[in-house]
Amino acid sequence: MVQNIIDVRSLSKSFDISSKEPGLKGTIKHFFNRQTKSLKVIKDISFEIKEGEIVGFLGANGAGKTTILKMLCGLIYPSEGSILVSGHLPFRRKENFLKNITLIMGQKQQLIWDLPPIESFYLNASIYDLDKFEAKKRIKKLSDMLEIDEELFIPVRKLSLGQRMKSELLAALIHEPRILFLDEPTLGLDINAQRNLRKFLQKYNKETNATICLTSHYMKDITSLCKRVICVHEGAISYDGKLNLLLKKLSPVKEILIVCRSEKDAIKLESSGFTIKNKIKNEITIKIENNSITSSLKTILNNFDIEDLFINEPPVDEIIGKILIKKDYDI
Amino acid sequence: MNLRNYLKVYKKFLHTSLASELEYKTNILVDLITAILSLVGSIFLLSIFFQNSGYIGGWKFEQALIIQAIYTILNGITNTWFNPNLTEIVKHIREGTLDFVLLKPIDSQFFISLKKINPSGFLEIMLGFFLLLFCIRINQINLSLSFLILSFITIICSICILYSLWFFISTTTIWFVKTWNAIEVLRSFLYIGRFPLNSFSFSLRVFFSIFIPIAFITTIPSEVFLGLSQLWKILLEVIVASVFLITSRKFWLFALRFYSSASS
Repeated sequence: MVQNIIDVRSLSKSFDISSKEPGLKGTIKHFFNRQTKSLKVIKDISFEIKEGEIVGFLGANGAGKTTILKMLCGLIYPSEGSILVSGHLPFRRKENFLKNITLIMGQKQQLIWDLPPIESFYLNASIYDLDKFEAKKRIKKLSDMLEIDEELFIPVRKLSLGQRMKSELLAALIHEPRILFLDEPTLGLDINAQRNLRKFLQKYNKETNATICLTSHYMKDITSLCKRVICVHEGAISYDGKLNLLLKKLSPVKEILIVCRSEKDAIKLESSGFTIKNKIKNEITIKIENNSITSSLKTILNNFDIEDLFINEPPVDEIIGKILIKKDYDI
Repeated sequence: MNLRNYLKVYKKFLHTSLASELEYKTNILVDLITAILSLVGSIFLLSIFFQNSGYIGGWKFEQALIIQAIYTILNGITNTWFNPNLTEIVKHIREGTLDFVLLKPIDSQFFISLKKINPSGFLEIMLGFFLLLFCIRINQINLSLSFLILSFITIICSICILYSLWFFISTTTIWFVKTWNAIEVLRSFLYIGRFPLNSFSFSLRVFFSIFIPIAFITTIPSEVFLGLSQLWKILLEVIVASVFLITSRKFWLFALRFYSSASS
């Protein structure tokens, strides 16, 4: 049986936030008498993650995804509840714990700006107590996987965003961590760079059985990497489960465009009991529930003279967009 | 991590920060010229103070030059290590890049205090030492073993006090986010360290000894050089340095509990 590597129980986090009224008067008032209030940004959440799993954290901006990741890797102290990551209390930041995790943030970088990435890799290698031979071996292996070579010797400031992100990944993975926390790793990357990064993460997970916790606003990252998603809405978990089940629940019907040989066939199909969305001459769009799609298509093909048909999947972005604004999903 | 590993990491820090700085040759050249001009300007200013009277606060010009030499060495240390690293703490906290430091299996205070060096500060340290050697000659100071040990101890204590004060102020960034002004105030107080403590009024002497112990930083080591120092003063400096160092360490560990990282 696969062990839980992350175990979160009744976790909450509050921050003191100050607010300011607009204008000069508000600024002066804010300067002399700052009003702060305690805001609960994470509300009593519980979940477990098994070793080797890739879990996507979904939620709107400010929902609390990054705060959860930062509590999991020990950067932020929780206000209430407990967290165990790889058997450690993360906020104690013990050496053995830190050697097992890594955090990659799409919008922040750790590489030394004026030097080639290779210098940062060797610096990290010495921090993680790797000898030169071992560091060289790991850099070679990861650079082959990430398909970077010459870029390792060019100053970071002269690299493209995509090349920089690959180098960031290499710097963050040189110690071969068992758990990866990725906060919007594909932010700002072009489509090809995004695809390459996803390909790399899939391969890395397969080869090392590393656990990956990922937040991203690019739905393609989530759909191609994560079988399981945890949806966060205003600091609480609104859904925790398989992504395909969620998609089915949110989009229970498919739309099928059927092109009949003649308008007569289209009229016959219209009156045969299917839910019709629209009809234009010999083209008719019907809605069929996901669980009866095979039998319905068989009936249509056997009883009507069909020239062509197209199954339209609703866009994943649109479906997941619904998750970001809804509070609870009972599946 | 053991001491050997920390030395290995520090060697890498030296290598990477030297390589980073050497990317900008002109900047290093400008820094070197600034260091020389700054020392010449300070000596000139000091000589103006002594023009009308041979003594200030009981110190001769030749003796006051020792304070200038120690100040130059400390300023060189400040520019080599403290300035490039401790001012970065504010940036790390504001931009949330302290996250990367805290997630490394290495002491975070060691990392943020020593990661960078500014090689042009070395020239200042060397200039300070040359001036100190010159002062030893003109003041006819005997170089005995006990003298060397006491000078070494007092200068190390001065470095510890200076570092702790700066580090303490930078740490408050975790709550106040922006503390550039406080660091600038500290730097301007340090300029006071170029003059003998006795040249100030009683109330200022108390202020610079107790509240902001600038006096300990330059005056006590200088008194050791001139054979004017009393043992209790040296012991007091060791105690003050230890208290400052321990307090700044504890304060950093305490402050990290309140670190909320920057939003993404």
